[in-house]
Amino acid sequence: MERLFIILVLFLAVFAGHASEIEVCKTCEISSIQKAIDFAEDGDLIRIKSGIYKENGIQILNKSLKIIGENYPVIDAEMQGTALSISANNFSIEGLKIINVGKSHTEEFAGILVSQSRNFKILNNKLDNVFFGILLEKSNEGVISGNHITSNARSQSNSGNGIHLWNTNKVEIRNNKIVGLRDGIYLEFVNNSEISGNFCKDNLRYGLHFMFSDEDIYTDNIFENNGAGVAVMYSKFIEMRGNHFRKNWGSASYGLLLKEITDSKLENNIFEENTIAISADNTNRIEYLKNDFKNNGYAVRIRGACYDNFFKENNFLYNSFDIGYTGRLNNNEFTENYWSAYTGYDLDKNGIGDVPYRPVKLFSYLVNRTPEAIILLRSLFIDLLDFSEKVSPVFTPANLMDSQPLMKKVSW
Amino acid sequence: MLKILKYSFKDLSRSRWSYVYFFFYLLLGIVLLFLNNDLSNAVITLMNVIIILVPLIGTIFGVMYFYNSREFTELLLAQPVKRSSIFLGQYLGVAISLSASLILGLGIPFVAYGIFQSAAIWDFFSLLVSGGFLTFIFTALAFNIALSQENKIKGFGMAILLWLFLAVIYDGLFLLSLVYFQDYPLDKFSLVASMLNPIDLSRILILLKLDISALLGYTGAVFKDFFGTSLGSITSFGVLILWVIFPVWRIVKLSGKKDF
Amino acid sequence: MVNIQNLHKKFGSLQVLNGLNLETPENGIIAVLGPNGSGKTTLIKSILGMVVPQKGEIKINGKKIIKHWDYRKDIDYLPQIANFPGNLSVTELIKMIKDLRCKPARDKELISLFKLEPFLDKKLNNLSGGSKQKVNLVLCFMFNSPLIILDEPTTGLDPVSLIRLRKLIQNEKEKGKTILITSHIMSFVEEISDRIVFLLEGKIYFNGTVAELKKATNQQDFEHAIANILSENHA
Repeated sequence: MERLFIILVLFLAVFAGHASEIEVCKTCEISSIQKAIDFAEDGDLIRIKSGIYKENGIQILNKSLKIIGENYPVIDAEMQGTALSISANNFSIEGLKIINVGKSHTEEFAGILVSQSRNFKILNNKLDNVFFGILLEKSNEGVISGNHITSNARSQSNSGNGIHLWNTNKVEIRNNKIVGLRDGIYLEFVNNSEISGNFCKDNLRYGLHFMFSDEDIYTDNIFENNGAGVAVMYSKFIEMRGNHFRKNWGSASYGLLLKEITDSKLENNIFEENTIAISADNTNRIEYLKNDFKNNGYAVRIRGACYDNFFKENNFLYNSFDIGYTGRLNNNEFTENYWSAYTGYDLDKNGIGDVPYRPVKLFSYLVNRTPEAIILLRSLFIDLLDFSEKVSPVFTPANLMDSQPLMKKVSW
Repeated sequence: MLKILKYSFKDLSRSRWSYVYFFFYLLLGIVLLFLNNDLSNAVITLMNVIIILVPLIGTIFGVMYFYNSREFTELLLAQPVKRSSIFLGQYLGVAISLSASLILGLGIPFVAYGIFQSAAIWDFFSLLVSGGFLTFIFTALAFNIALSQENKIKGFGMAILLWLFLAVIYDGLFLLSLVYFQDYPLDKFSLVASMLNPIDLSRILILLKLDISALLGYTGAVFKDFFGTSLGSITSFGVLILWVIFPVWRIVKLSGKKDF
Repeated sequence: MVNIQNLHKKFGSLQVLNGLNLETPENGIIAVLGPNGSGKTTLIKSILGMVVPQKGEIKINGKKIIKHWDYRKDIDYLPQIANFPGNLSVTELIKMIKDLRCKPARDKELISLFKLEPFLDKKLNNLSGGSKQKVNLVLCFMFNSPLIILDEPTTGLDPVSLIRLRKLIQNEKEKGKTILITSHIMSFVEEISDRIVFLLEGKIYFNGTVAELKKATNQQDFEHAIANILSENHA
């Protein structure tokens, strides 16, 4: 009977001359997703009705399918490896709920694994209790949007990333919500991609992690309470705009970690309540424009070998230390920023303070040398010390200053 | 003792200085909140004021009150009242009225601003608790000085020196030893050194609610393990309480021996 | 009433009381006299417990008093300097002392005796020296204690009030009380005191009636008798 039905369907599909639709539900002729895929032809639509499908290792090989879940049918992988793996062009996966993906030390099990594919869409899926969420390898030109990935990562060695891209180009990652994994979004050898409107929270390591990825843009994302907000390493030509880095608060925690980055631009980002808002190490030719640094431990901590970085029209508001600085000035420039700690005056009323502001305090220099001294933070003695250093700099780089500090906050 | 406390308190509540102190905090709170409009910044500025000004006012006011009420004290000494009750009553009168000025002066603008709806309520609370402790500690220290020093001028001098030492010089020496011995493990030393000075201790307790907590972790595990846990806060408050109890005990001791 | 044995008190290196012994009778007015620095006030303050002696014993009605405090409810004391908490009004001060003592008091009677009614609501800071002394007297006499100690009670009083004070002291004496007085006004002392206790260098130099004093010094006049003691000892 079942066979007859399928033949009928196939016949109809062929007869009609266009893509057919296969329905999967617990009481349907086809009650297994894998079976539906096996029967489907290129260009078919598989509609999965709600219900629990205890399947894992579902595979799509070289078929351009459109899979749509209705009312979030649940694919329960029962902790047995990857739920759904795809290697095909022109496919889309939408509206599924995938849970209980197995953990492994040797293999990268994922909710949705895409490899060697092109032109795909992964939309509005829910993934819970996964090892890796959505994993892309050697695939190009895709959209990952509106997915909600949650897990309960406890240790870095025993957890995977929410959205993991490797050797993949031209992907748009938009409006996903990723909570409780190792890295929220991980990009390695990923070029010309755009990451926007994502919300990464409570991830063990980084909200967003770039490695060896060039010419990418990330905008309007929110990174909250991750081990560190965003790490951009060994990459160039990255544009970071309108992101919100907040509450990355804890020992050695960063809002944004920049390591070996060149020719990039940060604009209109908000850094709020991070232990270190930006930690820059070996970064060259980076423009910091119109960012807000508010209530951070360090706003910007510049470590060694940073050349030709440029800070303009940023707001430094109530940070314990505005700038932490190691080494020489190296042609880094601060100009026309607003510093809430600035106490100068503006007699000619041109909006620019008449005396330069020195963002590096003696105390931050002391803390660099003797970390325990932090316990004296905001004590009267330290204030007096900082004041005398401000009047006549001895220990801090004398030419590290904003010679045109703004009198009013930059609004953007 | 309660009767003495009542009258000292009544006496102080009519003193011009209590009002000056009260209005100072009221004004400070209003200016910080309504002109600045940033709650967390206001809390940090207030912390600076509290850890400097509260000890100073506590010592000066304590010494001043003691010397000025000498005749009142003599009047009481001839009454059937226990000696220690007289001094404890006066001490509590001063300490409570100063704390009340602080708490009301800052509390009213903050409540008007809507602190109860704000997440900063606990920051503000720790600010007031520390301010209260500092008032009680430094008033007690002031009474100790005044009880052991007949000469008013010398007493004032000692009170100011004590304040200067604990508010500034101590931290200078502290920092100096940190820099000088930086090749040695210093976290335990710093922990003990910051415990021994009530001003430092209060500052850290307030900052733990603000920015220091993250920065502490950045420097070494010992601080974070200590201040981050409930053991740390209990110990810190214990030490603050000891800082009140010890001088108060000495007030009782000294007052038993003193001639009038 | 008051029994003092071998009382020693030193302020720094200054020996003020040097083995003083004194026994007062059950009632009567005893004037404690002596040159400046002879230890009058120290003696009084030792009895009140305001000064802690190094050695010796003080008993009142047979009870040791050093390091105790509740015996003071049976003592009325008039201090030498009438300075009070300046922010209180007269009424409040009286109320406070009554509150501390928890004893019936005849403050109204004394207030009218010294004509203090117009000053009752004034702050003590704003009172003249004489008015303050009157308040001081009210506070002292309003309780009915068996032992009264007056340190320079006449300071700042006008003649009318002085007469009233004298009468008041006599009345108290007739009630059978013991009254210890120090004063510089010799006529006042001569007139009211039953016994004279003369202190010199921390000890009792003379203890007896006015008549006995005159006799001992061979002087007709009380003031001369006192002067005689002083000149003899300092000659």
